[in-house]
Amino acid sequence: MMVAETVLEEQVVYARPASLRDVPTHYCPGCTHGVAHRLVAEVLDELGIRERTIGVSPVGCAVFAYKYFNTDGCEAAHGRAPAMATGIKRVRPDMVVFTYQGDGDLAAIGTGEIIHAATRGELFTTIFINNAIYGMTGGQMAPTTLPGQYTSSSPAGRDVETAGFPIRMAEVIAGLPGAAYVARRSLHNVKEIMKAKKAIRTAFKVQLAGLGFSMVELLSACPTNWSMSPPEAMRWIEEAMVPYYPLGDFKVAEGVEALLKER
Amino acid sequence: MARGRIEINEDNCKGCTLCTIACPQGVIVMATDHPSAKGYYPAMFVDPEGQCTGCALCAVACPDVCITVYRQVPAKTRPQEAAV
Repeated sequence: MMVAETVLEEQVVYARPASLRDVPTHYCPGCTHGVAHRLVAEVLDELGIRERTIGVSPVGCAVFAYKYFNTDGCEAAHGRAPAMATGIKRVRPDMVVFTYQGDGDLAAIGTGEIIHAATRGELFTTIFINNAIYGMTGGQMAPTTLPGQYTSSSPAGRDVETAGFPIRMAEVIAGLPGAAYVARRSLHNVKEIMKAKKAIRTAFKVQLAGLGFSMVELLSACPTNWSMSPPEAMRWIEEAMVPYYPLGDFKVAEGVEALLKER
Repeated sequence: MARGRIEINEDNCKGCTLCTIACPQGVIVMATDHPSAKGYYPAMFVDPEGQCTGCALCAVACPDVCITVYRQVPAKTRPQEAAV
């Protein structure tokens, strides 16, 4: 009896997404900004919306994000990305608009902009990178720095008596009526990265369906300013950040549940 | 077991080692003798026994999108959906 031999052929199962330009990034070794960029780019590819997407870059480490995403993009003043995204989306409602902001941008100087954009239910998506530190300026204490965390401006650890407690932005935004989908995910291992991608995909679908403002907060690593190796930084996210910043969906408005089940 | 291989763009690799931790087969190691043009010791694919399954976990973990993953699949079938 003849046994049919299985002919194998080699196929690419993972390659750089088309929405991410083939240029090296300026990020430090082990910085998860690169992972977050790739996840957004993969989602834009899969939804087929790259040609009509406009990204708004922040001030911070991700200031050059417009150079990395193969979409249209622009650069906002510090913290004002939600205001700029509001204008773009209102003038061109047919476009997909997203802001990509860090914690110094979104949770400090730009708190007013993000809160009012979310309250108004502006139809854009925000990707919020929370690495508990000001990365670009040299590792100073941020609003999201954990109690007791050492930074260059809190060398004895963050003292909550004088510096207050870190802000849980996802919970704050989730309390606003205009927000349709607010989630927090982490980027510290492969499993969590995959979950983060699903949340980002849902956030963009919420925008495409016109349901309201959507935001995904991503717990991210800053090995350089945390003075850790990249694997140590990933462990620190899991052991120190996740207990203070719980992962999950904080706002799932009416109509979004159906999108969550779609995947 | 599926067979696979990866290609690492050593010029873009910053030597963060996260792919070596993500790899279930332990077939990615860090270079110790040849720094890249940027001065990092890049990750290298060393798989003499063909243990790589093309699972793409390394590529999911890579912050610099340096890794392209290939998998041997039976001809005439469509490729499995990528890992993510």
